[in-house]
Amino acid sequence: MTETKLRTHPQAVESWAEKRAKIQSASAAERADLLTEQARWARRAIVRTIDAAGQGHIGGDLSVIDMLTTIYFGVLRHDPANPGRADRDRFILSKGHCAAALYSTLASCGYFDEAELSTFMQPFSPLNGHPNRNKVPGVETNTGPLGHGLPVAVGTALGARLTGTGARTFVIMGDGEMQEGSNWEALMSAGHYQLENLTAIVDRNRLQQGARTEETNALDPLDQKLASFGLEVREIDAHDFGQLWDALQPSTTGKPVGIIMNSIKGKGVSFIEDRVEWHHKVPNAEQVALALEELK
Amino acid sequence: MSAPTATSYEIGGTALEVFDNRVAFAETLIELATTDERIVAVVNDSVGSSNLTKFRELFPDRLVNVGIAEQNMVGVGAGLANAGLIPFVCAAGPFLTGRATEQVKADVAYSNLPVILCGMSPGMAYGELGPTHHSVEDFSWMRTLPGLDVVVPVDDPQTRKAVRWAAEAKRPMYLRVGRHKVPNVTTSATDWQLGKWNNLTGVGQESAISSVDVTIVATGTQVSRALGAVEILKAKGVSAAVLNAGFIAPLDLAALQAAATVSRAIVTAEEANVAGGLGAGVASAIAQFPSAARKPMAILGVTAWAPTNSTEGLLEYFGLTAEGIAQSALEVLARD
Repeated sequence: MTETKLRTHPQAVESWAEKRAKIQSASAAERADLLTEQARWARRAIVRTIDAAGQGHIGGDLSVIDMLTTIYFGVLRHDPANPGRADRDRFILSKGHCAAALYSTLASCGYFDEAELSTFMQPFSPLNGHPNRNKVPGVETNTGPLGHGLPVAVGTALGARLTGTGARTFVIMGDGEMQEGSNWEALMSAGHYQLENLTAIVDRNRLQQGARTEETNALDPLDQKLASFGLEVREIDAHDFGQLWDALQPSTTGKPVGIIMNSIKGKGVSFIEDRVEWHHKVPNAEQVALALEELK
Repeated sequence: MSAPTATSYEIGGTALEVFDNRVAFAETLIELATTDERIVAVVNDSVGSSNLTKFRELFPDRLVNVGIAEQNMVGVGAGLANAGLIPFVCAAGPFLTGRATEQVKADVAYSNLPVILCGMSPGMAYGELGPTHHSVEDFSWMRTLPGLDVVVPVDDPQTRKAVRWAAEAKRPMYLRVGRHKVPNVTTSATDWQLGKWNNLTGVGQESAISSVDVTIVATGTQVSRALGAVEILKAKGVSAAVLNAGFIAPLDLAALQAAATVSRAIVTAEEANVAGGLGAGVASAIAQFPSAARKPMAILGVTAWAPTNSTEGLLEYFGLTAEGIAQSALEVLARD
């Protein structure tokens, strides 16, 4: 058996395009409703995907999914039918362990058939535990080791400036991930080059694998840190679609945008929310049923 | 055989002028950038040591200096490649391959992005600055990454060819750009192809290896020294030929097997650690060849933390000289 690269699913692309058009032209209130509905679908997909695999990182998937949904259905200039388009906006999930959230989102855009989600982490599946750009269309860079996404994002933002495509770059880091030194090297570059086309997002759920971030290696005051590196800082509620939408708008200062999105790890499933053990715990059959009931 | 000087290296009684490959590298990069706007250089404050001062004057927007931050440098290089540019990421070999190993692995090799990682002043080119500044682990670290070419142009003409090839190859690669001056042992006519080595029967002479006592598989600075060893051995009635290994990955297994079949022994020579480098790769291949090509070997390279000395002094210390290579060849022939 050989691993193959997934292909675009045309009907799913069509369905995504319709939803996106509706979302982009809706009033703020309608838009929030549409995004809420889409994110609820994604949450159910994440639970099912992790259930089928028997592995995954459910807590971080659920904290980041509202942002992913807003980006892919509202803000990102992309074409799932043509993933390699030179002038596409780039999205990089630096916290690559939340692959199930990314895969669910990519499937909902039609980058590949939603049915593939059931192969997550199965032998020879293109859907590895961490995303691989050579197997999954829509993935820009192979992440997994932490502290890699932001430097690459600085490169794609610089590249868009040099090639004049007007493309924006969005990158999401976990808050625990900000303990990696490479992120601060990259933030220095982002500030130095005043990459106004870069939006760097920190998923601030305050939990890392083994404990709370502030008990492990404190990040606060993260807003001051980002500002001092030359970013335009926007601090928001990661589960408020109005705030997500506004925060993703282009820079108003000519500086790169830094979004601190205060999130709840495991958001949407009551018994998973804000509990450290649910970093990569897998729900049992009863818990899956309960979760899907809550996410109806 | 006289000792090498700053301006010449003697092979078989002929003094040959020596050159810094960084000059050929920088001149070729400028030529390429003049006609191709996608060419960019990414550096870690190493504008001068990478010989890119002129490049910066000509193309200020296309010289990305991230400062002393190698992890970010390699990630930025990967991002630029993703954006459709052709990045030459230039830094002293030890910091590029050591500090940023995981970025080379995940962002470049595993992501399969066409980034040209240029290890400047590799081997023990920084002589007295010591092992922190020597890049002798780079072959071992880089050749273990699937899909990453490890490329070592031997001299000025081959550096020009390799840089042009790299810009068009669209492959992730690590390119060693030598600083320690070497004579030209190839010409503009010498073959350069992905994964292909050159059979050198003399300076500037390329032809199939016929039956010899020993084939010396050499790379980088060791190729001119191997050609010197051929002359020393000839005087002792021992015939030898040289394979110029311009690729440490992929290895030219066809050339190696052909040479091993017509040789009594194989000697490898590299300005790099023997653990996991060219010699280790050759030995692994030889062990798996059919018996006709399974020949005794000697592996020459760096075997310990270098003491304080000049580059030339260190090459002598580790036996990486024409005399040292010839001596090893005689020993392996006498042993087996």
